[in-house]
Amino acid sequence: MTIIEALDIGLAFLVLGVAGWTIAAHEAFTAVIGYVVYGLLLALVWVRLFALDVALTEAAIGSGVTGVLLISAAVRLRASEAEMMHERLGIAPRLVAAALCLVAAAALAAVVLDMPDPGATLAPQARQPLAELGLGNAITAVLIAYRAFDTMLEKVVLVLAVIGVWSLSTDANWGGLAGPTRLERTEGPLAFLAQLLPPLGIIVALHIVWVGANEPGGAFQGGALLSAMALIVLMARLREAPAIGRRWLRVALISGPVVFLAIGLLGFALAGGFLAYPLGFAKPVIVFIEVFMTLSVAATLPMLVIGPPDRRPS
Amino acid sequence: MNAATLAGLSGAALIGLGLYGVLTHPHPLRKLLSFNVLGSGVFLMFGIIARKGAAAGLAADPVPQALVITGIVIAFSATALAVALLLRLFAVDRSATLRPDATIERNDRSDA
Repeated sequence: MTIIEALDIGLAFLVLGVAGWTIAAHEAFTAVIGYVVYGLLLALVWVRLFALDVALTEAAIGSGVTGVLLISAAVRLRASEAEMMHERLGIAPRLVAAALCLVAAAALAAVVLDMPDPGATLAPQARQPLAELGLGNAITAVLIAYRAFDTMLEKVVLVLAVIGVWSLSTDANWGGLAGPTRLERTEGPLAFLAQLLPPLGIIVALHIVWVGANEPGGAFQGGALLSAMALIVLMARLREAPAIGRRWLRVALISGPVVFLAIGLLGFALAGGFLAYPLGFAKPVIVFIEVFMTLSVAATLPMLVIGPPDRRPS
Repeated sequence: MNAATLAGLSGAALIGLGLYGVLTHPHPLRKLLSFNVLGSGVFLMFGIIARKGAAAGLAADPVPQALVITGIVIAFSATALAVALLLRLFAVDRSATLRPDATIERNDRSDA
């Protein structure tokens, strides 16, 4: 057994152990902390699967932004936990559930061990037109070119999720500042970090978006990093979240899907089909779409995390 | 056993763990957390399919990987919507229980 193999096995046990801890923990807050650690470890597993783009997304969104969302939810729901303790299942139904889940996991494991190697693949088809598109990163090409329709609809889902979250505000609070009422400004390490990190984070995020055409990275990863910077500033209460009625906020939220759709429709006129890019001109068009997608992601994620307005509009 | 198979087996185990959490935890936040563990296990299955599809000089098939990236973002937005619904339920009901009879009991009590 080489060192790499030993590390792989150690990593797998660590991931499963932390996941088990997340499921078994007594308090929701402890479970959420476990989930954040789990997400970061999972990003390492993705690196081992040669999926750097997925690893970046998992670390930024799956662990980071989801972590902030769930931690604040766990704190606000703490009072509801004690009351629900008596609703816990007895030992017998839990054993039955465990047995059934074990069967499901074992069946999936059998499928994994039985998988053909090498399996079916679209890699050659994804690889072949890269030069034509002027891209070096096959995943970006899949996201913005071959399966552009999926990615566009995904942006629409993000907008729908924001509408869903906002619609949970009361009538009186509609149009107010987004998120729960905040306490006074914090001092100390968090405020310091919130002033120190964003300039660096913004540069790294823009870099990730820009190199996404050729290297691991892209609009999702860069946008997630930008939204993390916005969340740090909001958490340190250096700035208030914007009112949900603000025009610039709404334009930023829908800019990604709108630009994507507009270019998709332009494809009918210029390249003979929906979401077709003009030959020899694909790369600038793709970068143009990515810029607005980044803006959209960076605006959407913080609004989803901080939730509906909790104050009347001033 | 290589890293891909190991990750696939971990994915299978994570699906089992997550499913157990969804079934047995009464608190909706814990169900949500377990569901996310289940989902990441499914994503890992995509990861092993991508890795086994390595061809044409690429270390993995980019199509399943791109689907996972889309999936992570969608999973996040669904989680955010569920959290918002849950916080609203708690704000209105002062309880996060999902028992269908709970709201009726509470209404009866306030009527009496």
